[in-house]
Parts: sequence; structure tokens; C-alpha cells
Amino acid sequence: MAHYLDIIIRSIFLENLPLSFFLGMCTFLAISKQVKTAMGLGAAVLFIQAITVPINNLILNHLLKPGALAWAGQPDIDLTFLGLLTYIAIIAAVVQILEMVLDRFIPALYNTLGIFLPLLTVNCAILGGTLFMVERDYTFGESMAYGVGSGAGFFLAVVCLGGIRERLEYADAPAGLRGLGLTFITAGLMAIAFMGLAGMEI
Amino acid sequence: MAETKTELLSRSIFKRNPIALLVLGICSALAVTGQMNTALVMSICVTFVVSFSSLTISIVRYQIPNSVRIGIQITVIATLVIIVDQLLKAFLFDLSKQLSIYVGLIITNCIVMGRAEGFAMSNPPVPSFIDGIGNGMGYGFILMSVAFIRELLGSGSLFGYEVLQLTTNGGWYLRNSFLVLPASAFFLIALLIWLLRTIDPSQQEEN
Repeated sequence: MAHYLDIIIRSIFLENLPLSFFLGMCTFLAISKQVKTAMGLGAAVLFIQAITVPINNLILNHLLKPGALAWAGQPDIDLTFLGLLTYIAIIAAVVQILEMVLDRFIPALYNTLGIFLPLLTVNCAILGGTLFMVERDYTFGESMAYGVGSGAGFFLAVVCLGGIRERLEYADAPAGLRGLGLTFITAGLMAIAFMGLAGMEI
Repeated sequence: MAETKTELLSRSIFKRNPIALLVLGICSALAVTGQMNTALVMSICVTFVVSFSSLTISIVRYQIPNSVRIGIQITVIATLVIIVDQLLKAFLFDLSKQLSIYVGLIITNCIVMGRAEGFAMSNPPVPSFIDGIGNGMGYGFILMSVAFIRELLGSGSLFGYEVLQLTTNGGWYLRNSFLVLPASAFFLIALLIWLLRTIDPSQQEEN
């Protein structure tokens, strides 16, 4: 149990997707002007990350890995080179299905997450989470913990940035630095703050 | 088109740089800039993928049904990225380990999708190809400038060769270890944006 908790804590604070791996930067910077929208985006990422990482883990272990097709009588096939194409297709499909399911059964949640869901198909944070899972060779349980943890890390980072940017509205920045430049500096300072948690272990 | 081919190439490098002005493709741009080596290889990979995906999509643009165009674009891009990834693993294994997941992430790089959707879908193959090369080079330009500062001041070397002799090797240069950390990339990009927007005030945002 402690092992899974360690993966979650680690992926939220130490290996935070936007702040230490720069993943999902485009949306991270674009949709963090207000806390309210930032929360919607963060929740959507958390939701999709928690679903797609374990699904891609299953696909990897039961279809793509060398010898994974032994159940189909083909023990010699290695399909790992198809990985990238498969993961992105799975992510796109999950996003599409999720959108339809939410629209039909949980309209309140759909209204909050709705506009962000299609955006996340081509989000580096989502694909990056899956690729880290592949690179680190997680088991199914670990990949579930990682999906939740990395999504929560994105949520935390984007909501914090949203809060800071709301205050920065009133700052008198030099003309060339206004908007984007200042956001980058804020994100850099946040990255340093998160680094202060390095070395934390369970 | 009114623009000549050279204009098409140069405007994406300086005037309409995808990273600095349109904030596209930032993700990988920051992560691989710790060393010139990785930055150079990454720029070449991205240029290859953008130019050929634009070319391919532009060739078949009349055959693509509008409702599934995103899916087709992603399939083309993902195929090209797989080719690049396999080539790197075959010939430059060490570098492909260092670039880790960021080669795979070219698929979701907004520049590639942006050019396919924004330019290649409505322009003939040759200009699309050149536009792709231009955007790849614009991306490479920023990547290499950030990597130049980070590697030179952070490790005292360029492309792995020692330029400023470090104190640890009996030299005079005390390395700035802050620039090795990921956070420094944020500040460098911010300064770069500041510089470009001061030179060209039309890009400044209203408060």
C-alpha cells in the first residue's frame, strides 16, 4: 500500500507534470487566467488521466509487448513499435466516449468539463503520462496510482497558477512582459517552490 | 500566393515564430534544452515531422472528409513520429534514451497539428512543405538559443566540449547550477519573449 502511496505523492509533488516535465504547457498557460476555469481544466485532466493510463497499461501488457499475444497463439509477435499510434487512438476514443456518457448521464459534470474534454485529446500531459507509464514499466495497480497522482499534480499546479494570475491582473508589469512573459516567470517560481519538496519519501 | 518562398521560410523563424509569439509547442521546447546535443536532435526531428506531415496532408487535402480530418492528421503525424523514433533507436540509441518520452510527444506538439490544420489543409504541397521547414527551424532557433545559454553557463560546455574550464577541473569558471534545473528554462523563455516583444511592440498584450 505504501508503495502505491509513494507513487501518488511522488507524481503530485516531485514529478509534477507541468512544473518539472513541462507537459501540458500549452493548456497550462492558456487556461489559467481564472481559478474557476483552471479548476474545470484540472478536473478534466485528472479524470482522463486516471482512466487512460490504466487502459493503455492493459493494451501494452496484453496486446503490444513481445510475447503478449501468446493467448492468441502468436508468442513471437512484438508490436511495441505501434505503441504511439495505439495510445493516441485510445486516448481519442476514451475522450469521445466519456463526452457522450457524461452528456447523457451526468449533465452537471458535462457542463463543467465539457469544453475542455476535446482539447485534451492532443494534450502532452495525457500522452506523456501514458509514455512515462510505458518507460517505467508499471504494473496495472501502479499505473492506476500513477494516473490519479499525475492528474492530481496537474490539477494542483493549474489551480495555483490560476490563483496567482488573478492577483497579477493588477500588477504594473513592463509592456513586453505583460501576459505571457509574466506567466512564465510565475510558473518558474512555482517550479522552484515544488522543488523544495524534493527528497520527500514515504 | 503573394509571398515568395524565401518569405515563407523566414517569416516563421523571426516574424511569426511559433514558440515565442503563438506559444505553441512549448512542452518539449523546455525539457530538452539542458544540452545542445539533445536540442539539436529534437529540432531536426520536429522539422522532419512538420515538413513531411504538411506535405502529406496537403497532397491528400481534397480527399480528406471534413468531419474526420483531425483523426487523419493525427494518424499521419503519429506514423512519421514512429519512423523518427525507430530511426533514433537504431542509430543514436544514447540520445534517444536522453530524449526519453519527448520524441513520442512530438505527436501532441501543437506546432505540427497547428501547421497541418492551419496551413496545409488550404495550400498546395510545395508551399506547405516549405512552411513546415520554416516552422521547424523557428522552433529549432528558440530551442538552440535556450540550450546555448543553459549548457554554456550551466555546465561550461557546448555540444559536450568544455568551453569554459570549470573550477572542478582546475579552471576558473564556477558553474551556475541553477541553469541545469528545469525551472531555469521558464525564466529564459520569459526573457526571450520580453526581448522579442520589445523589438516588435505589436505583439504586446493589453493589460
